[in-house]
Amino acid sequence: MDYRPLFNPGTIAVIGVSLTNDRHPANVIYNKIHLRSPVKVYPVNPKGGKLQSDRVYEDISRIPAKIDLAVVAARAEFVPDIVQSCIQNSVGGAVVVSGGFAEIGRQDLQDRLVELARAADFPFIGPNCLGIYAPGRFDTFFLPGERLIRPESGSVALVSQSGGVLVDQMVKFAEQGVGLSLAVSIGNKALIRELDLLEYLAADDGTRVIAFYVEGFARYEGRQFVQKAARMSKPIIVLKAGKSVEGRRAVSSHTASLAGDYRVFSEVMAQHGIVEALDEFEMVSFCEALSCYQTAVRGRVGIISVSGGHGALAADVCTTRGLTLPHLSQQTRRLIRENLSPSIQPIASLENPIDLTGSAVDEDFVAAAGGLSSSPEVDAVILLLLPYSPGISMDLGARLSYVLRREGKPLVAYVPHQEKYRMLIEGFELNNVPVSSSIEGAVLMVEAIRRCKTC
Amino acid sequence: MLTADMRTIVDNSRGAGWILEPDAKRLLSLAGMTVPSFEVAVTTSEAVAAAQRISYPVVAKVISAQILHKSEAGGVVVGVPDASHLTDIFEKFSVMEGFSGLLVEEMLAGSELIVGAKVDYQFGPVILLGIGGTGVEIYQDTVIRMAPIAEKDVQAMLAGLKGAKLLHGYRGAEPIDVPALVRLMLAFSALVMDLEDEIASIDLNPVKCTGTRCVVADARIMLRGF
Repeated sequence: MDYRPLFNPGTIAVIGVSLTNDRHPANVIYNKIHLRSPVKVYPVNPKGGKLQSDRVYEDISRIPAKIDLAVVAARAEFVPDIVQSCIQNSVGGAVVVSGGFAEIGRQDLQDRLVELARAADFPFIGPNCLGIYAPGRFDTFFLPGERLIRPESGSVALVSQSGGVLVDQMVKFAEQGVGLSLAVSIGNKALIRELDLLEYLAADDGTRVIAFYVEGFARYEGRQFVQKAARMSKPIIVLKAGKSVEGRRAVSSHTASLAGDYRVFSEVMAQHGIVEALDEFEMVSFCEALSCYQTAVRGRVGIISVSGGHGALAADVCTTRGLTLPHLSQQTRRLIRENLSPSIQPIASLENPIDLTGSAVDEDFVAAAGGLSSSPEVDAVILLLLPYSPGISMDLGARLSYVLRREGKPLVAYVPHQEKYRMLIEGFELNNVPVSSSIEGAVLMVEAIRRCKTC
Repeated sequence: MLTADMRTIVDNSRGAGWILEPDAKRLLSLAGMTVPSFEVAVTTSEAVAAAQRISYPVVAKVISAQILHKSEAGGVVVGVPDASHLTDIFEKFSVMEGFSGLLVEEMLAGSELIVGAKVDYQFGPVILLGIGGTGVEIYQDTVIRMAPIAEKDVQAMLAGLKGAKLLHGYRGAEPIDVPALVRLMLAFSALVMDLEDEIASIDLNPVKCTGTRCVVADARIMLRGF
């Protein structure tokens, strides 16, 4: 099946717009595409008429253009006929937003959609979903544009069974400055499932990291998923919901009891090099880190801070996460100390974590980062930046990014996410250095890079 | 590939829903795994004769299609020292529900491991390796891999156990024969793939490993739908 019309449509028909209710999901979708998207969009309702000043088409066949994508938001019982008419009119694919299928016991109605689509090689997403968010192009979410938090365009693709979780993840992505290449809510995943999107996204040039929110796989589907994933060169991140829900368990066997559904899921994912995020926070940190770095590291971390306390807290999290803080050699320490400013030279502690003290200025960070980036003892650097320290300028983000990039060693930063520090944060992020709003998040980023098998 | 003999064992066990221990051991042996010397006795004199051939002390286990958990039912005695004890045990077991014989087995020493398999709904056959014995569900020190597995997987599984040190000569103990464990796990993995459509789960618990061999001391094979 060709998914391009779904994700890169030139023309969209929104089927099921209401002539009387502006808040109908189809109207919300039509309006946002019509007003804000570079894609040509046509409203459809069998009654015809006008929506504001635009013509409403009675049927897809009446639209004077070939339609790439149909967004269907009509009542469930009408959907099979609508899909049939899309197929007859050579529409490229559909997003079926409507609910009222398998989730309420109408498996029959859902099966009819699948039969029609399979027979005609017609791709559709859903039903019972929000559909597609393609940053900077269009989205099929029936959420008013002004309510939606929109992450910037970037290189992470997000696939979610739940639309609600997807939107919530998007809020977190936007907060953390993580960009999306595509977000898809697959709902009942009647036809297009995780496996299909894994394949599509693996070949998508705009996507560097593929992240999934999974509730469960069908029989043996998990097996196919990991087998496919293991052959791919892009990092794959998975967040599993329902970890505590165990299926029917045969108490008669120790193995069945020890190898519960979630344990099998988690260990099989790890076996195949898929990075499992345990919660939404890990998900965002992992996605951000792997969208910036795909360098193999062993997890030997060098930490730079202006506060002994922050260094110690970060060191604790590193240890919990299986990362190590190697001892810095005499040579590395001498190299750093030589380049420190005269007032800092006698007071900085150059044991790992490095504590430059609250009197440090930009040059001292550059010296420490430069020393660690060329040191063979560490393969990743965590920078704990407290912008209220008076010697730090807003240019430091960009300056440090250049230092680390010279050596190709992953650098991640912790900076409190306050509006007044925005320029410092962007100095990092625009130079592809991930910035976390917490110490733990920064450590998680290094952990993600270490766990990435394709890196 | 299942041989005709292996297929027969599986087919004959469908009625019970699981493969009784003597048959499970035969099946594992046919699949290339090491099992203890064992004999099935249906009379006291057969039991005594078997024990003499195997040599005391022996292990005595009840055989009953109704008793899935032999230890909990009091149907296992280890270290039986002589014929008189064995005779008493036979009498006691013979009144247990569904009694169909006594399994007389050689005593085994060594570290106890659990080797298991389960056909998972989402991922199909998976293999489990862990610190075994009666405390498996208390320690929960296990590692799971999707089957089939290769030698490097077995090595990684061993390394993933918290108790791995116990197996490699901890405090003067004899280190286990890792190549023998690898052979056993690979033979098990191949068998599990062959039985994928037949089984629900398998417990080999304990597998007893010494410095020279790894032997399946107890086996329970649950068929699908049981």
